[in-house]
Amino acid sequence: MDKVMSNKKVIALYVLPALLLILAVVYIPIVLTGYYGLNEWNGIGAMTFIGLDNYQALIKDETFWGSAWHSLLLALFSGVSLILYLMVAMVLASRIKAANLFRKIYLIPMLLSSVAIAQLWLKIYHPTNGILNSLLESFGVANPPAWLAEPSLVLFALFIPILWQYAGFYILIYYAALKNIPASLEEAAKIDGANALQIAWKIKLPLAMEVIKVTVVLAVVGSLKYFDLIYVMTNGGPNGASEVMASYMYSEAFKSYDFGYGSAIGFFLLVICLIATWIIRKLTVTKDTIQYS
Amino acid sequence: MFNKKWTMLLLTLCLTLIAAGCGQNGNNGETAANSGTNESGSSKVTINFMHLWPEGVSAGQNKIVNQIIKDFQTENPNISIKQEVLDNEQYKNKLKVLSASNQLPDVGVTWAAGFMQPYVEGKLFTPVDDVLSGELNGKFVSGTTEAYAIDGKTYALPLEFNIAPVYYNKALFEKNNLEVPQTYEQFKTVVKTLSENGIAPIALGNKDRWTGSLWYMYLADRLAGQETLASAISGSASFMDEGLMKAAAEVQTLVDGNAFVKGFNGLSNEEAKSEFLNGKAAMYMMGTWELPNFTTNEDIPQEFRDSVGFFKFPTVDGGKGDINSWVGGPGVGLFVSESSEVKEEAKAFVEYFIVKWGEQSVTGAGVIPATKVDTAALELPQLYIDLFNEMNQASSITLFADVQMQASAAETHLNQIQALFGKASTPEKFSQEHDAAISKGN
Repeated sequence: MDKVMSNKKVIALYVLPALLLILAVVYIPIVLTGYYGLNEWNGIGAMTFIGLDNYQALIKDETFWGSAWHSLLLALFSGVSLILYLMVAMVLASRIKAANLFRKIYLIPMLLSSVAIAQLWLKIYHPTNGILNSLLESFGVANPPAWLAEPSLVLFALFIPILWQYAGFYILIYYAALKNIPASLEEAAKIDGANALQIAWKIKLPLAMEVIKVTVVLAVVGSLKYFDLIYVMTNGGPNGASEVMASYMYSEAFKSYDFGYGSAIGFFLLVICLIATWIIRKLTVTKDTIQYS
Repeated sequence: MFNKKWTMLLLTLCLTLIAAGCGQNGNNGETAANSGTNESGSSKVTINFMHLWPEGVSAGQNKIVNQIIKDFQTENPNISIKQEVLDNEQYKNKLKVLSASNQLPDVGVTWAAGFMQPYVEGKLFTPVDDVLSGELNGKFVSGTTEAYAIDGKTYALPLEFNIAPVYYNKALFEKNNLEVPQTYEQFKTVVKTLSENGIAPIALGNKDRWTGSLWYMYLADRLAGQETLASAISGSASFMDEGLMKAAAEVQTLVDGNAFVKGFNGLSNEEAKSEFLNGKAAMYMMGTWELPNFTTNEDIPQEFRDSVGFFKFPTVDGGKGDINSWVGGPGVGLFVSESSEVKEEAKAFVEYFIVKWGEQSVTGAGVIPATKVDTAALELPQLYIDLFNEMNQASSITLFADVQMQASAAETHLNQIQALFGKASTPEKFSQEHDAAISKGN
C-alpha cells in the first residue's frame, strides 16, 4: 500500500482526473471571468478590450456599493444568528426529550428548494391576503406595512426566510460537533461542581471551536454571494432596496446585456469573498487547538 | 493490494466516466435527428426550428405549430422540419448560448427591437425583406413589422400583436354606480369612489416593472402626445419635455390617491392579476394576451369572465393625445439564421408559417396574430371582436418602451418606473436618468 502511494505516477493518476475537472469547471472560468471584465461585451457579438474601465466604473458605482452593503448586512446577520443556532444545538444535545424530533423539524426548511421557500414566504408577506398581515390586523394593527414593497423594510423581511432556510443546517452541524464531545468530560466537570453555563462556556464551546470557525466562514461567504431567494422574491427591488452583489451582477449581465461589466462584478465578488475568508481566518486563529484528552 | 491490474481498471473507469460526462451531446431534443439528410440520398433537407411553445404550457400554440409543420411537410416532401421546444426563459438562455458559438437554428423565435439588436449587430440573423415584399406584402397590421427593422432592413417577421386596454370589472363598477370614464377627470373620480368604498381601484404588479411602464406610457401619450413620447424614447427629443414631466408627476398623484393595490411594488404581475380575477381590484391594464382568461379559459368562473369589459385609456383635458392611440406592440417573431445552410427553404417555411398562423392562432390559441384578421369569417367572443374593431381604428401604436429601448436603457427605464411609483424618484430625476441612459446607448 505504502509503496503504491509513494509512486509519483500513481499519485498523479488519482489526483489528475479531479484536478482536471476542477480546472475546467472552476479555475479556468474564474480566469476567463476576470478577462471578460476587461472587455466591453454584450454576450453575443465581438468583444472590445477596454482595459480596466469596467473595474474603474465599478469602484465609482453607487448601486454596486449599495448592494455590497446589503450583502455585508446579510453576512453580519447570518454571523450573529450563528450564536442562536449554537444555543439551540446545545439545548438539543443535552439529552432533552424529543431532541430528535426537534432536530428534524429544524432541518425541514433546508430540504425545501429555494423557489418553494420563496413562494411560501411571498404568500406570508402578501400585503392584503398574507398570514402575517392578517394576524397583525386581527391584533388591531390598523395599516400593516407591505413588507416587500417598502424600501426600508424589504431587506429585513428577506433576511428572515434566508436565515430560517439555513438554520437547520447549522444546528445540525453544531449538534454533531457537540455530540462528539466525550460525555466523560462533562461528567467530570459536574463532579467538580461546574454548573450548566460553565460547562457550556468552558468545555463545550472551546471543544467545538474548530467547527464554529468553519461555520462562520460558510455563513459569511454564503451570505456575500447569496442570490436565490432575493432573485425570486423581489428581484432586487423595489428601487434596488434589496439588491445584493450577486443579483446586481445578474441584472447587469443578463438583463442589461453588459457581460463585461457583469463579469467585473463577479470577479470583484470573488475577491471580496476571499478577503472576507482571509480576515475571518486571521481573527479566529488560535495558538493551539484544544484536544479531548 | 493495489497491483497493476487494479490501477489499470480504475484508470479505465475514471476515463470512461469522464468521456461519458463530456461526450453527452447538449442536444436532448428530438430523436429523429438528421433522418432527413441521410435517408434517400436525394435533395432532402432538414430545417431546424426552435420555439417556445411546449405542449404543457402553451397547448394551443403547440397544436397549431405541429399542424402547420405537418401540412408544410406534406406540401414539401423534400423538406423535413426538426423541432426543438423550450419554455420561455430557457429559450432565451439557450438562444444566447447558441449564438455565442454561432450555432443558431435555421428558424427560431425572437422578440422585437431592443432584444434582437445585439443579434443583428452580431450578424446572426438574415434580413427577410424579400419574404416581406413577396406574398406577405400588405398582410401585416401596419406598425408591426417596423419593430423588427434595424437600419432599414427587417430581420424577423412578427407572429403576435398586442395592445393594452384597461380591463374593468363591470359588476364592481355597477355596484358602486360608476360609469366607464371618458376623460381623465372622470377616471380620477372612479378611482376615488372605489378607494373610498374599500375596493382597490387598480391591480398593478410593479415588481415586474414593465407593468407600471404601461401606465406611464399612456399618461405620457395622452399628455404629451404620441410623437413627443416616441421621439423621446428614440433619443431625438428629451424626456424633460413639459408634458412628459407632467405624466411622471401624474403617476405619483395616482399613487398618492391610493389608485393601485397595496404593496404594488412588491407584487408580481401574476399576483396582481389574481387580485383582479378575485374581484378585489376593479381595473387592470394589460396586453391583449390576457383575453383568453377573460373569455374562453374554463379555469376562471364564467360569472367573472362575463363581467369583464375594457375601455380605452381616457383623454386628458389640455393634453395632446388621441383616445385612439395605443400602447402595444408585436410579441414574438420568426427569424432566419444568417449561417443557415438552407436559407431559401427556411424562408419559405417562415412565409408559410406566418400565413397559416394568421389563420389559426385566434381561434386555436386566443393569440392575436400580427397579420390582418377577417373577423367576419371567425366565430369569436365579443370581447375579441370589440378589440379587433378598436385596433382597426387605432390612430397610432407606441411600442412598449422596454422593448423599444436597448437593453441597458430599458433597464434604466424599468428601474426608474419602479422608483417613480415608489416615490424614490422625482419627475425631474426620472427624466434626467432617461435622457442619460438613452443618449449613452445611441
